[in-house]
Amino acid sequence: MNAWRLSLRLLRREWRAGELRVLLLAVMVAVAGLTTVGFFTDRVRQALDRQAGQLLGADLVIASDHPLPPGYREAAAKFGLRLARTVSFPSMALYGERTRLAEVKAVSPGYPLRGRLQVSDGPAAPERDAAGIPQPGTVWLERRLLDQLALKVGDQLVLGNARLTVAAVLTREPDRSGNFFSIAPRLMMNWDDLARTGLIQPASRVHYRLLLAGPVRAGAAFRAWAQPRLGRGERLEGVEDARPEVRAALDRGQVYLGLAALVSAVLAGVAVALGARRFMQRHLDSCALMRCFGASQGLIFRLYLYQFLWLGLAASLLGSILGYLAQNVLAYWLAPLFAAGLPQPALSGLPRGVLAGMALLLSFSLPPLLRLSSVPTLRVLRRELGPPRRLGGASYVLGFAVVGGLLLWQAGDIRLGAYALAGLGGTMFLAAAAAWGLIRLLAYFRGGGAWFYGLANVSRRKWGSVVQIVGFALGVMALLLLTLVRGDLMESWRNTLPPDAPNRFVINVQPDQLAPLRRFFSLQRRPVPAFFPMVRGRLVAVNGRPVVAAGYADERARRLVEREFNLSWASRPRRDNQIVAGRWWGDSDRGRPLLSVEQGVARTLGIRLGDRLTYDVAGTRFTAKVANLRKVDWDSFQVNFFVVAAPGLLEGYPASYVTSFYLPPGKGALLNQMVEAFPNLTVIDVAAIMSQVRAVMDRVAGAMEFVFLFTLLAGLGVLYAAIVATRDERLYEAALLRTLGASRRQLFAGQLSEFAVIGLLAGLVAAAGASGAGYLLSTRVLNLPYVFNPWLWGLGVPAAGIGVTLAGLLGTRKILVRPPLETLRA
Amino acid sequence: MQAAGLTKQVESQGRPLVILREVDLRVDAGESVAILGASGSGKSTLLGLLAGLDHPSAGKVWIDGTDLFALNEDGRAALRARMIGFVFQAFHLLPALTALENVMLPLELAGALEARQRARAVMERVGLGGRTGHYPAQLSGGEQQRVAIARAFASHPKLLLADEPTGNLDSGTGARIIDLLFELNREQGTTLLLVTHDGELASRCSRRLKLAAGVLEDELAPQEEAGLNVRRRPPVAAADRAR
Repeated sequence: MNAWRLSLRLLRREWRAGELRVLLLAVMVAVAGLTTVGFFTDRVRQALDRQAGQLLGADLVIASDHPLPPGYREAAAKFGLRLARTVSFPSMALYGERTRLAEVKAVSPGYPLRGRLQVSDGPAAPERDAAGIPQPGTVWLERRLLDQLALKVGDQLVLGNARLTVAAVLTREPDRSGNFFSIAPRLMMNWDDLARTGLIQPASRVHYRLLLAGPVRAGAAFRAWAQPRLGRGERLEGVEDARPEVRAALDRGQVYLGLAALVSAVLAGVAVALGARRFMQRHLDSCALMRCFGASQGLIFRLYLYQFLWLGLAASLLGSILGYLAQNVLAYWLAPLFAAGLPQPALSGLPRGVLAGMALLLSFSLPPLLRLSSVPTLRVLRRELGPPRRLGGASYVLGFAVVGGLLLWQAGDIRLGAYALAGLGGTMFLAAAAAWGLIRLLAYFRGGGAWFYGLANVSRRKWGSVVQIVGFALGVMALLLLTLVRGDLMESWRNTLPPDAPNRFVINVQPDQLAPLRRFFSLQRRPVPAFFPMVRGRLVAVNGRPVVAAGYADERARRLVEREFNLSWASRPRRDNQIVAGRWWGDSDRGRPLLSVEQGVARTLGIRLGDRLTYDVAGTRFTAKVANLRKVDWDSFQVNFFVVAAPGLLEGYPASYVTSFYLPPGKGALLNQMVEAFPNLTVIDVAAIMSQVRAVMDRVAGAMEFVFLFTLLAGLGVLYAAIVATRDERLYEAALLRTLGASRRQLFAGQLSEFAVIGLLAGLVAAAGASGAGYLLSTRVLNLPYVFNPWLWGLGVPAAGIGVTLAGLLGTRKILVRPPLETLRA
Repeated sequence: MQAAGLTKQVESQGRPLVILREVDLRVDAGESVAILGASGSGKSTLLGLLAGLDHPSAGKVWIDGTDLFALNEDGRAALRARMIGFVFQAFHLLPALTALENVMLPLELAGALEARQRARAVMERVGLGGRTGHYPAQLSGGEQQRVAIARAFASHPKLLLADEPTGNLDSGTGARIIDLLFELNREQGTTLLLVTHDGELASRCSRRLKLAAGVLEDELAPQEEAGLNVRRRPPVAAADRAR
């Protein structure tokens, strides 16, 4: 007989009997959750990348210090990419008697390919989206330049040989890039006017950029094509090279999304494991009987395996389809958040979902199925015989391995996956150990009455109780993570960028201006900001070996060593910096040649702890040892430096100071007064970038809300599976007890005390687990300060106790209403 | 079927406990044999060993000339599929399957053709042609046992092993089940081996053996048999019979 066909027939009978519904639902919810998260995070990732693309003004940029050969443009057109060109260079702008340095940028039609330009018709006029680029013969100026030249919209200024009319105030430029500390205000003009200015001479410092945008695949293909063809002075920049502030926010957002997927995967595994265990227990008789009828172990195993394969396939397909539909609803709902709309998801998510579902179901059901097929045949004569081995942890090694693999796959991040696995394993171990401890403890609670009967049950049903407590604990922990910990994490994430985070940087403050500036802030009744010293120096040698740009393969490293570093000094590490290697210096180290280097730049330049760096500052050299490596939160918008020296080392060199402060909206007058009083200062407005970072945070937070709904569903699935795990046993016992004369009240009291104890214990373990997970997540994965939340315990434990008790009583209410004979005869 | 020196010994609280002691038994084709014994006398253990459901500590069993324990687990299963039918005290119908599907199951496992038609025919034969679609829970005890008998005979076994087939039934129903069992036994020429403490059932077998403290003894004296009967029969059933 064809085992496949027979298995289908048996499957149909099992389905009719309702045996498989819990498993099907568990796998379906799991796969639906996974695929929804998968599809949606894919779309959000694409959208976020595109959003980050706005910071480039494109998906991809080729930047160069010379005019780019036309080959790139031709190839880009062939790959199906849209393109635009920009040229930027510093130049003096003239108006009447006044001249000011401006950062000129000439743009071609189509610019920007991603993001929007915003302009206003005057300094006080409202912002609006710009239609296209400046018309030939006109320019758009940044407000700062307008003020510095005392210009009005409509006036004509002189740029090189050309006279150009100011047509608008430029308020937002998506790809306003470059170093904050070295930029003059923007003057944007049309590409066609460029030649007329006569400003571009062979020796002038000009940046040429070719902006490209289009379908992701075309972009990737072009990138692969162009990378090996880049000439000297040419470099390719993608979204991932965009502003570090926004990139950091994006990375954290993706970690959050990955986390949601992880939690669903874990919960799904637990629900499937509980469901498969119950399936096995309920099929011991069938198996013994089938073997008695002469079915070989192999045949029985194959019959069940095939049934599970069919079931898994059906559940995974249904789940995937459900996931696809659900993510559409989600996308529809969240679409207004994404100005450009959400890109279509990659359909590779469907087979991925099916694969994940099958892996999940089989890995957790194979151990029980293997044991099921080896049930002693003698069980038909002696009911008490179960399968030979205990249902111990060992048989689930495979299941955990597969779930672990799934975690890593879903997380796309080994570290995050490892943390999730460790968290899962730790919680299960903790739950199991706590359950054992309680069971031992309960042995001392001997007494009469129905209440004690419930307690005695907990310890009598040792393995059942352990399984239930572990299941409940994981379910409750997931719920706590989703509600309280998630809120905390999002809160502390947003707190890294509080509403009053500095939105203006002031550079070029001279040492003798420090005191008057502080006084200025006090007089204006504004908090006096901190000023940081800054010395510009070029890195010339590492460990005595001269540094040359050509010696680095990495483009960023080359750029870094070509440029001057901003060196600073400090006696204390900043609060938002974290020492990751070495030690910060003490007061006694004053004047010693010690440096603290940011770990990212250290990695790029291959600098290690203890290396000796030689800097050239205005013609004099000094050498100092790397005393520690620092981690910097670039999305905190605080003034930070790649390299900080111990105090006393740099004091002799010419320094200027830099500060940042929060300028509330509508206080522009303050800025004008400051610039008037200290004309040499340069003020940089980062409010636009900050609002982009905030937008990313808000979007991620919105996406989380929905994604967690599935995780929530999976969590409830686990709770349900944990309740039905011991239902048959309970029904049978209750029937016996009622036959022996137990009243409904006594049964109820027994059930109540048992579920309450299990629920409270699960709540304790879950609160501990959620606290631990929150701590690990915030400190190790998301790099946020950990905030202890007492509500995890204060609310989590009683809520788990009450919730589990209610759900348990509800799930086993049949015990109280079902006639005992019906149970005993079945 | 033949058993020689069949012994079963288990460890119980650190001491060996002998359940069966060197049982020798021979049942010829077409014969019907009853093994009587009180609870705990080792009846079920003996039946389990004869069917190859369990391992003996010593001794051998031959079925149709095949040494049962020279086969591996799956070999014994295959032999059961070919030769042996079972009827249990607790019926052992799968609650999730209809009566007909329960009867079909052994046929399906053996890969038999037209399992449904054959099962339907046997259901007719045991008088349950109208109840094929019912689930075990919807059937009375007697009906459930008839389904179990239909299941056992559906594959035309050469040997039928029955473990207290009337143990869970009242006497009237039990009697009808016994009639059915022997009718089918005659029709199919099946060898019948049953363990019971029901004297009435035993009395219809061609041979009766008694198992006491793990030792199999030859035929019982009729009065001893009757005494056992009276002691074991539940009061309700006894009253029933008196009426």
